[in-house]
Amino acid sequence: MKRTISVTVNGKVRRESVEPRLLLVHFLRDVLRLTGTHVGCDTSQCGACTVSMNGLAVKSCTILAVQADGAEITTIEGLARDGALHPIQAAFREHHGLQCGFCTPGMIMAAKQLLERYPAPTIEQIRDQLDGNICRCTGYHGIIKAIEAAARAMAEKGQAPTTGS
Amino acid sequence: MFPASFDYHKPGSIEEALELLTTLGADVKLLAGGHSLVPALKLRLTQPKHLIDLAGIAALKTVAVRENRLVLGAMTTHWQVESSPVVKAALPYLCEVAGLIADPQVRNRGTIGGSLVNADPAADYPASILALDAEMVCVGRGGRRIVHARDWFQGLLTAAIEEHEILSEIRIPLLPPRTAATYLKLRHPASRFAVVGVAAIVTVTQDQRCAEVRIGITGVGSCAKRAGSVEQQLVGHRLDATRIEAASAAACDGLEIDGDMHFSAEDKEQLCRTYVRRALLRTMHLAESGAFQPTRNAP
Repeated sequence: MKRTISVTVNGKVRRESVEPRLLLVHFLRDVLRLTGTHVGCDTSQCGACTVSMNGLAVKSCTILAVQADGAEITTIEGLARDGALHPIQAAFREHHGLQCGFCTPGMIMAAKQLLERYPAPTIEQIRDQLDGNICRCTGYHGIIKAIEAAARAMAEKGQAPTTGS
Repeated sequence: MFPASFDYHKPGSIEEALELLTTLGADVKLLAGGHSLVPALKLRLTQPKHLIDLAGIAALKTVAVRENRLVLGAMTTHWQVESSPVVKAALPYLCEVAGLIADPQVRNRGTIGGSLVNADPAADYPASILALDAEMVCVGRGGRRIVHARDWFQGLLTAAIEEHEILSEIRIPLLPPRTAATYLKLRHPASRFAVVGVAAIVTVTQDQRCAEVRIGITGVGSCAKRAGSVEQQLVGHRLDATRIEAASAAACDGLEIDGDMHFSAEDKEQLCRTYVRRALLRTMHLAESGAFQPTRNAP
């Protein structure tokens, strides 16, 4: 039996009727056509499907859309403001934080939570907090540099890490 | 991958959930954080007709200290345990354990109750639940029942909860004075599950003799177990490296360790003995440097 859910996605309330077995990632990609969130491994390992749900980074391939009823979701499409990249996005571009780009939306959403929890992270904290995200291109060094740079940029601007959510 | 079809229910209270459990028939699964169940649904390892989501029940989200016990609602997530000021003040050891589970995204969703009911042989919490001598509170329509940790883990993916019951909370006794605790884990490099995980909790006397010790082991057997033979060889003694090494030789007693696709039985036995030894050495190092867990109030 279908259920009607109401989810605020990137600031916009979306009411849709969905099957209970629909996964959140397919709700975002196939129902709302927000295809920035990727399906990688589909087994809760790789983190490509990471989105922010009520302020927490979650793997949207392992959550039912009905579980997100009433939640606030931010996807990669919700980070840039008025055509300007979010500081984490800008830092990924500047510091070679991506190569093929497939893991990048999930990596950036995980980095967003990381910088909210650890605004001035050590390299160990960055590595540890990216445990749930796999990149097969960069060898991670560019990603770590990008996150360090994003932390500096956000601190310099006095910008709360939550900006853009 | 898509789960097979099911009906979804989201009760607002334990009573309502129990009512659903009894009226919907046998083909029902309770949904906690969903980070074991949803993957199983996607792989169609399980295809229930009904899913009862416990996320709407506020009573399952308690985090408090009551009567010298840390009380955790079954729906408390790993991140909540990891970051809770209440847990940090009462039993910081458990924050460390929670912070070693899986990865940050999984910790944001996975729950202690879900983990304990699922009783995955490689889950992290079970070793500590045994070593902390916790109690599980199960509620059914007939009332509530308390199950001690030593009776909880019964076999592969089998916990001592009945079909029409819900695990409501976990009660963890706070520790006596001069108690040090360690959880040491060999993480599987891909899954982050415990290849072996050892929880060692030791209470020492003023002259550093072992007054009480509880060791829980996860990862290597069909379910988590206490290392009773090791514990017996430690109580009453000064735990120097020689005593610890000798006692750790008995770490695999009663564990029925089988090999799997990653490790032979012999490798797992060796890892088990090694991690018990290292966990005890680290705990004694903590005890000797005075790094004890917070103490329960005097009765």
